Amino acid sequence: METAWVIPALPFAGFLINGLWGRRLPKKFVGWIACGAMGLAFLAASRLLWILLQETPTGRFWEPVYYTWIRAGDFQVDVSFLIDPLSMVMILVVTGVGFLIHVYSIGYMHEDPGYPRYFAYLNLFASAMLLLVMANNLLVMFVGWEGVGLCSYLLIGFWYEKQSASDAGKKAFIVNRIGDFGFLLGIFLTFWTFGSLNFREIFEAALVRFPTGDAVVVGITLLLFVGAMGKSAQIPLYVWLPDAMEGPTPVSALIHAATMVTAGVYMVARCSVLYALAPFSMGFVAMIGCTTAVFAASIGLVQNDIKRVLAYSTVSQLGYMFLGCGVGAFVAGIFHLMTHAFFKALLFLGAGSVIHALSGEQDIQRMGGLRSKLPVTFATFVMGSLAIAGIFPFAGFFSKDEILFETLMSGHWVLYGLALGGAGLTAFYMFRLVFLTFFGESRMDPHAAHHVHEAPRTMAVPLMILAALSLTGGWVQIPGIEGGRVFGAFLDPVFHEASQLLGHHGGATHPPLWLEGALMGVSVAVALAGIFLAYGWYMKDPQRPVRAAQKFARAYRWLFHKYYVDEFYQATVVNPLKQAAESTHQWVDRRFIDGAVDGTGSAFRSLSAVVRRIQTGLVHHYALSVLAGACVLLLFVLAL
Amino acid sequence: MNPYVPVLIMLFLAAATAAGMIAATTWIGPKKKFADKMEPFECGESPIVNPKQRFSVKFYLVALFFVIFDIETVFVYPWAVLFRELNWFGFVEMMIFIFILAVGLIYVWRRGALEWD
Amino acid sequence: MEQVMSSISLSAIAPELVLVACGLIVLMIQAVFGSRFRDSFAYVSLLGIGGAAFLVLTSPGAFESKIVEYSFCDMWVVDNFSRFFKLIFLIGTGLTLLISLRYLDNEAMQHSEYYALMLLCTVGMMVMASAAELITIFLGVELMSISLYALAGYTRSRMMSNEAAIKYFILGSFASGFLIYGIALIYGTTGTSQIPAIARYLAQAGAGAAVLVMGMALLIIGFGFKTASVPFHMWAPDVYEGAPAPVTGFMSAGPKAAAFAAFVRIFMEALPTLQTDWIMVIWLIAVLTMTVGNIIALVQENIKRMLAYSSIAHAGYVLVAFLAAGELGLTSILYYMLAYTFMNIGAFAVITMLAGAGETRVKVEDYRGVGYKHPVAALAMSLFLFSLAGIPPTGGFMGKFYIFSAAVKQGYIWLAIIGVLNSVVSVYYYLRVTVAMYMQAPEKDEDVPAASALSPALVVAIFISAYGVLSLGLFPSTYVAMVKESFLSFL
Repeated sequence: METAWVIPALPFAGFLINGLWGRRLPKKFVGWIACGAMGLAFLAASRLLWILLQETPTGRFWEPVYYTWIRAGDFQVDVSFLIDPLSMVMILVVTGVGFLIHVYSIGYMHEDPGYPRYFAYLNLFASAMLLLVMANNLLVMFVGWEGVGLCSYLLIGFWYEKQSASDAGKKAFIVNRIGDFGFLLGIFLTFWTFGSLNFREIFEAALVRFPTGDAVVVGITLLLFVGAMGKSAQIPLYVWLPDAMEGPTPVSALIHAATMVTAGVYMVARCSVLYALAPFSMGFVAMIGCTTAVFAASIGLVQNDIKRVLAYSTVSQLGYMFLGCGVGAFVAGIFHLMTHAFFKALLFLGAGSVIHALSGEQDIQRMGGLRSKLPVTFATFVMGSLAIAGIFPFAGFFSKDEILFETLMSGHWVLYGLALGGAGLTAFYMFRLVFLTFFGESRMDPHAAHHVHEAPRTMAVPLMILAALSLTGGWVQIPGIEGGRVFGAFLDPVFHEASQLLGHHGGATHPPLWLEGALMGVSVAVALAGIFLAYGWYMKDPQRPVRAAQKFARAYRWLFHKYYVDEFYQATVVNPLKQAAESTHQWVDRRFIDGAVDGTGSAFRSLSAVVRRIQTGLVHHYALSVLAGACVLLLFVLAL
Repeated sequence: MNPYVPVLIMLFLAAATAAGMIAATTWIGPKKKFADKMEPFECGESPIVNPKQRFSVKFYLVALFFVIFDIETVFVYPWAVLFRELNWFGFVEMMIFIFILAVGLIYVWRRGALEWD
Repeated sequence: MEQVMSSISLSAIAPELVLVACGLIVLMIQAVFGSRFRDSFAYVSLLGIGGAAFLVLTSPGAFESKIVEYSFCDMWVVDNFSRFFKLIFLIGTGLTLLISLRYLDNEAMQHSEYYALMLLCTVGMMVMASAAELITIFLGVELMSISLYALAGYTRSRMMSNEAAIKYFILGSFASGFLIYGIALIYGTTGTSQIPAIARYLAQAGAGAAVLVMGMALLIIGFGFKTASVPFHMWAPDVYEGAPAPVTGFMSAGPKAAAFAAFVRIFMEALPTLQTDWIMVIWLIAVLTMTVGNIIALVQENIKRMLAYSSIAHAGYVLVAFLAAGELGLTSILYYMLAYTFMNIGAFAVITMLAGAGETRVKVEDYRGVGYKHPVAALAMSLFLFSLAGIPPTGGFMGKFYIFSAAVKQGYIWLAIIGVLNSVVSVYYYLRVTVAMYMQAPEKDEDVPAASALSPALVVAIFISAYGVLSLGLFPSTYVAMVKESFLSFL
């Protein structure tokens, strides 16, 4: 495990190579470098997993220290990693899914002039993300956290010549800064409280020093969660994620679906001990997660942009993950994180394939009937949709159901009801998407229809692999069967302290099997209902949605305009801030600071011009200067 | 008697000898004044020339070699006086010293500094 | 602290002996075989540097214990302080040799003299670091200086280079005069020229004799000249501009460090009782040096000249550390000199690479567009310039950080403020080069200078320097531990 550093180092090397020489290297080579780096990183990660599995379950905890980064007095921050089952899962997801998306990008970005730049950013992202998940202290994690934020900004604004893209990049960056501010405050408070930023040390100290529900721990966890809200797009900081769809589609798949946005969930799970000590924060996380899940799903119902629907769906699914963590089912949250990475990456890549085929068209109103023309994309997309809708035996079924089940078990009846409703909405909007895109009459403009083509192999193969994962990914955690919870057993040691604090799985009160089975039935039934409703509305009677929209015009308008949240922020936050900034700029900056700075600069320059004249270039002048200096100095010393 | 008195006497005698010699030549010697004779030093270079002129460094090279080997004698003399007391140690040290000088000599020789043309 | 005395100890001067031997061997190769084995000069020299470094590192007790070994009748001292400085010199010389390989080919000056002079100059510097006696220090100063005079004028077909050598020689001799006169006065008062003996004498007799103070002042002048401190700095810009680019990089790092090594040893070990007398003077010199260096650098168009003024300013920062003295101050001097060696020689490596035959491309405006034509070199150059400007995470930043915190700790608040302001000013001219490299386009694509002196050796030198700069910035604790061990030997 000492060599764990190669995992983030490989993509970073790829970034350096492509970033420095990318423009001069042949295109093929650029792609090879980027994908090769990710592929090797995935192999290294697999090897690490193999080594990890050799250990006893409680011994799966390594902290390879590479060097001491900062040491000031007692304060010490090491650059070191934390390899345990939790970070292992994340590493595998990031490198595995990341590798597939890199390969896919070769086909997708083939004609883009910014090809090397794209791969350089993508590799940099992977490297930063790996640093984030492998960090063993909050500061190194924060470095990765900021790194992925930077890459996200760069990649959203990848087509910076497009006004909307660069605006979206800016929006993502600024909204994330708000979250990061909270996160940073959380780090400060942690350091102030514990005198350390190392996870292990923090948790050990917290368990000893604080009783459950202590205000300090609540404060820390809430502040850290603010960071998670920004990065993982939760209410009220979710607004950047739908706009982030301006970036290239593989980017949306990698960063804004599979990996980066799940960083918040990972962080909460990583700090499970702290959260377990703060029941209030847990409740808050669960509530925000559940609300976001339903809220975003409802907006997703009426959006017409294929990627935006998926974006809202991502926001909604992230809500489920937080719900899981919030009710203490960290394993379920991480499990959903993993399966979501598979099927949401698949859905985005499928959407990318559709967009690619239609020469950039994203409006589902102008698609339709693509089933026969894009058979591979269609088949894989439907599999992804079944997975996200939670149909047995797809991956999403197992993970979402576990979250719902745990929510109910922890006694949150209301949240369970809401989340179940959200699951129905999910099934509905996903199949609305499927039906409008792949079935029915073609509504494409004839020019685009002429060019429709199935994805090239570099794009199709990743789709198929991800589709297979979306089907099988859930089988590592089958409830009710002896030995079925492989994934849970793997992760349990990480959450051992947290579960003990929460009194979960005490052993005595294991829920009866029939209840579990019944609840599964309910979930599947709700999902199927959603699908059938979508079938009824969009396949059998295509006029029905229009009528419904007219009938419930007001509700439709609210949904269509995303509850006017963007407009609300614009009016209450952005505009007043802009105004304040403008007047500050005019009065303080222009007059005062610029005046002072420019004045200093020009004063120094003119001074410099005078002083340099002393430098005549004549030796006797120089000697004179030495002599004069010597005389002054001698007089000075002797006079003292 | 103060131990510095003989030194002072020595100093006085040396100064007097030097001054006497200069004075004697001024009085006794024949005087033929022409331009070259009136120059401060007679070493082949006229001291006041246009600075842009090229000048030959050969004189200086030879002069420098002379200084180096002159210094060598300064060291070799006391060594010779104490040769027996210093024994092998002194011998080896001096050989090293001479060897280094020899390296210098070989160097200037091979690099052509001794060729007048 | 343990003291070991011995009279003649070859092992104590082994690194110097190796270098002298290699210098002579190189000369002999050329003298005996002519230019046939021209390639071997560099190898033999580098081998000598490596051997010397090895001997420094493996000498008994290196960087472990606080043994101070005196030898040659107390004229020579080997302690961790001198070892550390010797490593700095050897690194500087080694890097310079790597840089100059192709440069000398281009200038058709691939002669053994260059290498011999470099090695002998290094020996001079090492003598300065290790001498425990004033005359021996002076001997080191002269050996170093005379080699440098010749090196400054090494490209003898260029007028600028000739001019630099002559100016350097005349002014340098002038300064040596001050130095030797200062030594004479100190000897006259204390009756000894051995540093520990002077310290003992002064501890007994007390300070205050006017002649002694004058001797000390003359030493300040002499070392002020060697470190290019204002107002004894006038030679530096002209010499740095005229000397061949690799030599300029060399001169601004190693010899400066050597002067500081001797300066520190004399003032901290022999003359600490005179502290009240020199504090004000050095305070003033430090302020002047930082300020004048940075301000004049602002308007320079020639990058070598700009870095010459920057080098003056950096001497000012080191003087701040010198004033702060104590544990932290001395740590920061050693640390800063090491960082400065890496970053400055690194920057000159890039300058050498792009200078072209006859060094025609050394204006700041010549660097327009370099960022795209030579991405790696430009990246490295930016790194070195950032480090010089003191921007994290580079060695230059950590060095300045240590210096200014030492100054604040010792109560020199104003000095620290002036220093920080100065380093802010300096960012302007360092960034000008970076801006030119990345953000300004040349009129024609062909206007971007070609990498004429590029060679594998130069690339290695750039990478070593970059590694040094980064590792000093990122892993400061390792170096600080080593540095701390180094000065403890005579505190």
